[in-house]
Amino acid sequence: MWRDAALVAGKDLRIEGRSRVALSQVAPFGIVALVLFAFALGPDRQTMAKGAPGLFWVAVLFCTVLAIQRSVSVESSDGASDGLRLSGIDPAGLYLGKAVAVAAQLVVLEALLGVGVVLLYGAHIEVPWMIVVSCVLGTIGLAATGTLYGALSSGLRVRETLLPFLLLPIAAPVLLAGTRIWQAAMAGGTPSDGTQWLRLLVVFDAVYLAIGVVLFGPIQETA
Amino acid sequence: MTDELTTIPVDGSATAHPLPLAATNIRVSPPPTPSATARRTERTIGLLALVGTAATVWLGLWVTPPDKVQGDLVRLVYIHPGVAWVALYLAFGLAAVSSLLYLWPRTRALFWDRLAAAAVEVGVVFNICTLVSGSIWGKPTWGVWWAWDARLTSTAVLLVLFLGYLALRRVPAEPEVRARRSAFVALFAAVDIPIIHFSVDWWNTLHQGATVLNANLSPTIHGSMAWTLLLGFVALTLVFVWMLLVRYRIGALEDWLAANELDLALVERQAEGVGVGASGVVAAPPGPSDDSPTDRVGVA
Repeated sequence: MWRDAALVAGKDLRIEGRSRVALSQVAPFGIVALVLFAFALGPDRQTMAKGAPGLFWVAVLFCTVLAIQRSVSVESSDGASDGLRLSGIDPAGLYLGKAVAVAAQLVVLEALLGVGVVLLYGAHIEVPWMIVVSCVLGTIGLAATGTLYGALSSGLRVRETLLPFLLLPIAAPVLLAGTRIWQAAMAGGTPSDGTQWLRLLVVFDAVYLAIGVVLFGPIQETA
Repeated sequence: MTDELTTIPVDGSATAHPLPLAATNIRVSPPPTPSATARRTERTIGLLALVGTAATVWLGLWVTPPDKVQGDLVRLVYIHPGVAWVALYLAFGLAAVSSLLYLWPRTRALFWDRLAAAAVEVGVVFNICTLVSGSIWGKPTWGVWWAWDARLTSTAVLLVLFLGYLALRRVPAEPEVRARRSAFVALFAAVDIPIIHFSVDWWNTLHQGATVLNANLSPTIHGSMAWTLLLGFVALTLVFVWMLLVRYRIGALEDWLAANELDLALVERQAEGVGVGASGVVAAPPGPSDDSPTDRVGVA
C-alpha cells in the first residue's frame, strides 16, 4: 500500500512539475482571492488583520477545489484511470497517493497564501508553530475529503459544478478549526486555546483517511 | 375555430406517419402497483396525520394558554421542535441508516436507495420548515431573523449537505450507479454531522437547551402545553411517514418510467400508426382556445 501510494504521489507530482498547472493557475488564483477579499473589506488594516485567519482558510478551500479538479482531470483522459486500475495498484495506495500529491501542492499554496496574508493584511503571528500544525492538519483533512469526492464525481459530466457544492460544506469543520487556531496563534494566547480545535482536526483527518483507505476501491467501481 | 376541429383526410403528406417500425411485440412491463394493504396503510396514515395536525393546530392556537414571558409566541413550540425532530433526527437518521444498508453487500437492494432518497427529500422540506419557523420565532424573541448560533448553523450546514445529495441524485445515471454514488455521499455527510455539531457548538452557542428530550427526560413544561407538544411530535412524525410512503411510491414509478420510457413511446407510436391505417382519418388536435362543448358537438 505504501509503495503504491508513493508511486502514485510521485506520478501526480511529476505531472504537476511538468505542466505547472497548480503553480501557474491555482496559486495566482489564491492571490487574486486575497486581493479581492481586501477590496471587499476595505482598506482598514485592522479589519483585514482581524479577518485574516478566515480569509486565509476560505482562499485555501477554493484552491482545494481547483486542485482536486485538476487531480481528477489528470486521470480522466486517455483512459488513465482504467490503466491505474489494471495496473493492480492497491486502491488504498492509490487513494493515499492522490491525497498526498494534493496535500503537497496545497502546502506550497498555503505557504504562499500565508506570506500573502502577513504582507497584505498585516497579520501578526505570535505563535508560529500553531499556524504550522494547523496548516498541516487542515491540509490532510482537505486532501482526504477532496480526493474522496473527486473520485466519486470523476465520472460525472457536471463535475465542475457539483464538486464544490458537495465538498465545501463537508470541509466546513476544517475552516472553523483552522480559523480558530489561527486566531489563537495571532492573539498570542496560550496553546490551550487551540488544542481542542487541533484535536477536532485530528479526528476529522483520521475519520476521512480511514473511510478513504477502506472504501476507495468500491468508490472507484462506482465512477 | 371550426377549422381546427374538422377532421382532415389522410393524404400523401400525412401518410408520412405510417411508421417504418416493424410491428414487433414490444412488451412493456406494467408499472409497479402497491398492494391493497399498502394503499390502505398509506391512506390510514395520511388520515391520521391530517387529524393529528388539525388537533395540534386547534389545541395549540385555541386551547392552550399563552406563556407568561413569551405570550402567544410560545405557540410556536408546538410546531418548531417537532419539525426539527423529524428533519434532523428521523429523516436524516433514516437516510443514513438506509444508505449504509444499501452499501452493505448482504442487504443491498434498490429498496434502501429509494427509501434514503425519499427520506432526504422529505427531510429537506422539514429542514427548511425548521429554519423558517425558527426564524419567525427568533425575530421577536432574539430580535433577529438569523443568529449564528450553533444549532442554527449546524442545521443550515446539514441542509446544504443534503441539498448536495439531491443534486447528485438528479445527475442521470444507471439506477445502481446512482444508488451507490448517493449512498457514499450520504454516508460521508452522516459521518461529518457529529464533527460539524461539535465544531459549531464550540464556535458559538445561544440556543435554548432541549426542553423535552433533555438528559433526565423530565419535560420542563406542564399540563395541556406538554400534551399538545407531544401530540405535535406524533402528528408531524405521521406526516413524515405519510410523505415518505408517497415519495417512495413515486420514486418506484419514476424508476419504472426511466426504464421503460422508450418502449412506451414505441408502443404509442405503433398504436398511432394502427389508428391511421384503420380509420383513414386523424383528428386534428384542439386549438389552444378551447370552445364550449356545444360548438364541438355542432361540428361533429
